[in-house]
Amino acid sequence: MLKPIFEYTKGMLRVETNFCPGCTHGISHRLITETLDEMGKLGEAIGCGPIGCAVMAHKFMNVDMCECAHGRAPAVASGVKRVHPDNLVFTYQGDGDLASIGTAEIIHAAARGECFSTFFVNNAIYGMTGGQMAPTTLPGQRSTTSQTGRDTGKSGFPIRVCELLSTLDGAVYVERVALNSPAGVAKAKKAVRRAFDVQEKKLGFSFVEFVSACPTNWGLSPVAAVDFIKEKMLPYYPPGVFKSPQ
Amino acid sequence: MSTTYQESPSRVLMKGNEAFAESAIRGGCRYYFGYPITPQNEIPEYMSRELPKNGGHFIQAESEISAINMAYGAGAAGGRVFISSSSPGIALMQEGMSFACCAEVPMVILTVCRCGPGIGGIQPGQADYFQATRGGGNGDYKIPVFAPSSIQEGSDLVFEAMELADKWRNPIIIFTDGLLGQMMEPVTLPEHIDVASSKDIRKSKAWALTGYGADDSSRNTITSLRLQPEVLEKHVHHLFDKYTEIEKTLTRAETIGIEDCDVVLVAYGIVARITKEAIEMLARDGIKAGLIRPISLWPFPHSVFDKISNKAKAVISTELSMGQMIEDVRLAVANRLPVRLLSRTGGMIPTSLEIAERTKKILATM
Repeated sequence: MLKPIFEYTKGMLRVETNFCPGCTHGISHRLITETLDEMGKLGEAIGCGPIGCAVMAHKFMNVDMCECAHGRAPAVASGVKRVHPDNLVFTYQGDGDLASIGTAEIIHAAARGECFSTFFVNNAIYGMTGGQMAPTTLPGQRSTTSQTGRDTGKSGFPIRVCELLSTLDGAVYVERVALNSPAGVAKAKKAVRRAFDVQEKKLGFSFVEFVSACPTNWGLSPVAAVDFIKEKMLPYYPPGVFKSPQ
Repeated sequence: MSTTYQESPSRVLMKGNEAFAESAIRGGCRYYFGYPITPQNEIPEYMSRELPKNGGHFIQAESEISAINMAYGAGAAGGRVFISSSSPGIALMQEGMSFACCAEVPMVILTVCRCGPGIGGIQPGQADYFQATRGGGNGDYKIPVFAPSSIQEGSDLVFEAMELADKWRNPIIIFTDGLLGQMMEPVTLPEHIDVASSKDIRKSKAWALTGYGADDSSRNTITSLRLQPEVLEKHVHHLFDKYTEIEKTLTRAETIGIEDCDVVLVAYGIVARITKEAIEMLARDGIKAGLIRPISLWPFPHSVFDKISNKAKAVISTELSMGQMIEDVRLAVANRLPVRLLSRTGGMIPTSLEIAERTKKILATM
């Protein structure tokens, strides 16, 4: 009998997603839920979703899950975790959600050392609303609200969230990974597992940033978007482990 | 900190804010999230000290926005949640109230009203009547609002609201003011209720986010987004069917002598207590004044106004605002009688004598 070497994960529900061709949300969704499945924790996980392209994550991820107001997922997760301290609680947030409107929530959740995990999708643009400038939009990068390219003299500089959160004692595991290559995806999966392990051990706040692609709003083909991550995103957002217990 | 006599089985002398906080704990609150704002600071202070002793959790949130979203999370997870704030802080919480109503997440919100607009002042006010009853959040939603006029009534209402929020899967607002929050009165506290452990939450709240365990067919999601218009319309109708039931069962008012009177004063909260004294003064001068004290501000006790004597010359809305409740009073009176406003604002509190004298002046113009 043939042994299956790759299967549809139980962590993802068998429904069509709303994601565009070449979007990496599908990969990050899968990495999280597949990891929970491998840990045997799907039934003990509680997810807190964002506003943005992943607002319907609860329709795709096979875990108990809620929507949160824009940027507030870390506050919501803090409340959930107080009621269910032994469950695996996570937030899934984009760059507008986490690094703009929800900046206070993510910083203070990390500062409190909240024992949940945050997965941060950084694709340097607002996706669902149609390609506006994000807090992580690169200098010179075009968006619908920076049509000649982000002018740092007028609209300032992109925020490096991993570096920012690493200064906080409550954040014990902080890693940035890139979803632009099979090796990057493999590293990302290890990072997801690490984040959940840190949470299970109640060591403090765990955070994984996925440097992600948005071909639609970047105006690039899926293949060109992968190159954009490598050539433009990673020099500004270098992958790596910024903080780790032990 | 005021002195509490926990050993005493029944009656204790307590500050309003602390009595409300203690009643929330006794009503099963195990989760409180707060941000400092005057005149409700005794509540987060009390909760930070007393909740952990009762197996509960306190977080000092980074803002009122975060506080209500923590409440949303704990409520969605099936916990019993109580939060509090005051006027500008409540304004920040209103996005969360709209979300909680749409997603049907229970929570009890105590508002200790100060003065506005803007930062305004920290003295007692009622200028957040619209804020509480009309809501500042987006969309079609309603929140039951109860306005106690004594610390005892407030304590009882907070305790009851903990149950009502769960029953109706909706936020409940207890509307007080800086005076009730800061003053001390004797109060008989309710008995502690039993609270389900986190593991047992799904037995009583099958909808809550607890992790579905072994069977993913019982997976729960808590959402407020409904992109298809026909689906959202159906959901809003479902919410309003619930609000109709709430109107039938939670409308409350106290009345005094309205079937036989020359004038009716309408007042709620602390103002109703001052008004009762004014009514006694008017009686000594031969003027029969009745009182309608709405206890539920929404649902507003409209039908009580049908009982007002036909010989009444006017209905006077007495409030610490520039005429907010008066809109509900006019709707309830429905042009049957003249409606007038007796108002102080900015933190000014009328004396009973002032209310009596101004009532006489209004009657003289009728």
